Amino acid sequence: MSAFQGTSNYIASNELQLAVNAAIALERPLLIKGEPGTGKTMLAEELAASLGVELIPWHIKSTTKAQQGLYEYDAVSRLRDSQLGDEKVKDIGNYIIKGKLWHAFTSDNRPVLLIDEIDKADIEFPNDLLLELDKMEFFVYETQEKIVAKQRPIIIITSNNEKELPDAFLRRCFFHYIRFPEKTEMQAIVDVHFPKIKQKLLDEALALFFNLRDMPGLKKKPSTSELIDWLKLLLAEDISPEVLHETRQKKVIPPLHGALLKNEQDVHLFEKLAFMHRGQR
Amino acid sequence: MLIDFFCKVRDYKVPCTLRELLDLIRALEQGVVFASIDDFYSVSRTILVKDEAHFDKFDRAFADYFTGVASLELDLSEIPEDWLKKHFEKQLSAEEKAKIKALGGLDKLMETLAERLKEQEKRHQGGNKWIGTGGTSPFGAYGYNPEGIRIGQDESRHRRATKVWDKREFKNLDANVEIGTRNLKVALRKLRQFARTGSSEELALDETIAATARNAGYLDIKMKPERHNAIKVLMFFDIGGSMDDHIKVCEQLFSAIHGEFKHLEFFYFHNCLYENVWRDNNRRRSEKIDLLQVLNTYSRDYKVIFVGDATMGPYEITYPGGSVEHWNEEAGNVWMKRLTDHFDKVIWLNPQNEAQWPYYASINIMKGLVDNKMYPLTLAGLGQGIKALI
Repeated sequence: MSAFQGTSNYIASNELQLAVNAAIALERPLLIKGEPGTGKTMLAEELAASLGVELIPWHIKSTTKAQQGLYEYDAVSRLRDSQLGDEKVKDIGNYIIKGKLWHAFTSDNRPVLLIDEIDKADIEFPNDLLLELDKMEFFVYETQEKIVAKQRPIIIITSNNEKELPDAFLRRCFFHYIRFPEKTEMQAIVDVHFPKIKQKLLDEALALFFNLRDMPGLKKKPSTSELIDWLKLLLAEDISPEVLHETRQKKVIPPLHGALLKNEQDVHLFEKLAFMHRGQR
Repeated sequence: MLIDFFCKVRDYKVPCTLRELLDLIRALEQGVVFASIDDFYSVSRTILVKDEAHFDKFDRAFADYFTGVASLELDLSEIPEDWLKKHFEKQLSAEEKAKIKALGGLDKLMETLAERLKEQEKRHQGGNKWIGTGGTSPFGAYGYNPEGIRIGQDESRHRRATKVWDKREFKNLDANVEIGTRNLKVALRKLRQFARTGSSEELALDETIAATARNAGYLDIKMKPERHNAIKVLMFFDIGGSMDDHIKVCEQLFSAIHGEFKHLEFFYFHNCLYENVWRDNNRRRSEKIDLLQVLNTYSRDYKVIFVGDATMGPYEITYPGGSVEHWNEEAGNVWMKRLTDHFDKVIWLNPQNEAQWPYYASINIMKGLVDNKMYPLTLAGLGQGIKALI
């Protein structure tokens, strides 16, 4: 299997590439953390695309149980069917619903399994998956069969740090923290998304964007995905670089700021600072 | 192979185990990286470190191991004295400066430092790159090296480009830093953890049986809604005076807690708790609330969190009439005791730097009054406090 080097629409830093390749080579799950909007989930999608294998996404919610990733026994429909006298009822296997891990284990090609936002789940969730991730096998009690992975899937786990993960779980994973990209990296990312964007507009937009990120006291700093949305809007509205330049000089609120600042307190703060700045001059 | 490196990483208190060392060796064996120290840095960090809070410690360990003892000969003459001094003063708070004065002034201190450096150089043959991290130096206590300022890095003969681990980008992610803009969210999460004690949605068995029976034996499933957060919080904020220095961090904590609890009541006090508290700081004179009334209103299962620096004259706590604002019939500690007797769980979060606590008599008294459950207002401290509240 060839090494991952990012794709035509995903820029992976050297460190990230190494982390991914180490995880692939050593068959360990890779835990990805980072500010929201730095492309954690996208990594799994692009990894699957670049390797040409299936992506099995498992999005975690606060009510998700580890067992649901393995299989679920649908006792209620079996009970219902038994009351209706359905023939299906005699085979319990008809009521076992395969989970995402089961799919990943039995897939023909080595798939990419994305366990998205693992921190949203219950505290016990990661602990319940320890053995399954380690040995890559589990037992189905209802049918007395043992599911063993044909090959160990590439597992990407993302976390937004809302809960601390248990140590025992962390020991089994590799870890990478996606740092917020610097200006040159940012340029590369934007180039990938908007190949025809005018250089001048981009320079102005990036300068504005990083100014905004440096502003103290923002509740939610805009991140890469917000920048890309904003650029999309700028292009769609055909805003000229001169307007942006002027905005930056006068420190007034940038056009279409709704894409960047998602919190009315932040917008308010910005307006206040802009007002103070004008007052000084 | 790599055992020394592994030990060094562990020396810097990065939690990692043998399992990770074996993984790292296996990664090298498989040729994930080859002959590049930068790549080795990335891969070893990926494998050994599991939390970005430890990145900074890892960076330091890495720098220590690889540039280490041999590469840097510290020559005292290379460090201009006033450069040091300037750096010093930038780092010191007003209290610290006062304390240094008590120890014979900055010049005296610098002299001692110079001596210490010379000694260190002899003993280590080539000197230690990280002055002041040894733990024996008295200078650490004065906050001189709170972020590991490297004396002499700029003047080093080694004019090599700064390496990634030398940049120490992850310094701010260390769990011991005070709550900042970014960290506000992390604080929230810790609180959420202790807020969600109820279980998720359940099958309402009794109702299901009853409904099924009514339904002539055909199944009729009834579900119960998720149980809600039952934790109730009572907060007391110290306001005004010395707390002005900590206003930002308190605001952040306040907004974090505000969004998190359905049952949240908060009151203000000044310096120490006396017979009155108030809810609106602008009308603190006119709309006082009797503390006894508070005690009678809220049941003992309310979790009480004090936020204050507890920095005042000791008499403000221990003597009747000690209050700086009014005449109090009974001393502050009497009221504190009444409160801690009434409520099961009481903690105190102190925004004051923990290293300075021992120097304030009032902090020690207050700490005793809350049964030693005083924690610094940092992420780590908040975590400990929350544990004590459950």
